[in-house]
Amino acid sequence: MAVEVRIPTIFQKLVGDEKTVASEGANIIEVLDKLDSDYPGFKERLTNEDGEIHRFVNIYVNNEDIRYLDQLETALSDGDVITILPAVAGGSI
Amino acid sequence: MNLTEEQIQRYSRHIILPQVGGIGQQKLMDAKVLLIGAGGLGSPAALYLAAAGIGKIGIVDFDKVDISNLQRQIAHGNEDIGRWKTESAKNTINGMNPDVEVVEYRVPINAENAMDIVSQYDVVVDGTDNFPSRYLMNDVTVWLDKPLVYGSIFQFDGQISVFKKGDGPCYRCLYPFPPPPGSVPSCHEAGVIGVLPGIVGSIQAAEAIKIVLGIGDPLIGRLMIFEALEMKFHEMKIRKNPECPVCGDSPTITEPIDYEEFCGVQVGV
Repeated sequence: MAVEVRIPTIFQKLVGDEKTVASEGANIIEVLDKLDSDYPGFKERLTNEDGEIHRFVNIYVNNEDIRYLDQLETALSDGDVITILPAVAGGSI
Repeated sequence: MNLTEEQIQRYSRHIILPQVGGIGQQKLMDAKVLLIGAGGLGSPAALYLAAAGIGKIGIVDFDKVDISNLQRQIAHGNEDIGRWKTESAKNTINGMNPDVEVVEYRVPINAENAMDIVSQYDVVVDGTDNFPSRYLMNDVTVWLDKPLVYGSIFQFDGQISVFKKGDGPCYRCLYPFPPPPGSVPSCHEAGVIGVLPGIVGSIQAAEAIKIVLGIGDPLIGRLMIFEALEMKFHEMKIRKNPECPVCGDSPTITEPIDYEEFCGVQVGV
């Protein structure tokens, strides 16, 4: 499945300063593996040593949190938009 | 309706709105809103809340105005450099609307004072720049059942949501625990385009005003993402997490926590 992945600002350096990248996979884990082969080191920024997504990083498929879908196994369709969203503290006091 | 002739004139553009009217304006004038931070987000929020006639605005900030703040913190001016931000913001607010009662808290918000301060207000607007304050504000507003208007900014991007116990999720439903130190950069390490907090802080003010008035659809259960470079808004669904450590079915966090500083540099919490 061809999908679009929206990359958060803090990870954009890993993907050549792109805001969105095209990727593919039948589910989230395949997309992350593909991203990691295209941009080595990408996946390790999102996951812990057990391969689970860090709890301060959320992943959405078309605006729905994958934790409420099938997590990393969430199946994808052509044209799906995946958003990666880490916690942000900034308020600039 | 107890509005004076001057107030009727001042708030006439509110009063002629059917969704506000004299009754709504009275609600605004009776409302107490707490701002955590008088910086990038707190400045525009404070100004619009004051202009709207919010009766009492509390401001928590223990910082003084620095020249590097003035690129975005519009409640402060050149002559305020070196003054307490609470004092400078109060001066700006009352210059715009002398009816607003401004209460200054020149202290860091922490586990010791948070419950006491928050309990005196109806709505909290979170304009902090660090995770310890964000988590503390979330937990305390859940326990005290106060709506929390969340906003955060990073470089060109902003996030806004409203957390309200009973009606939707809280910040810990979204991110249960703070990230470990160094895993995400903080505001202190990254720049921010000056107008961004103006947009995000103004949206926070709009949400606070809607909550006070009880009108419209607040950003409950929705995380709004704003991207200034693309000039786009996106919206993500946030669900109430039954396993949330603070608002879930079996809470594991029941007392205010002072997390260690993990912003990368000391912010004095």
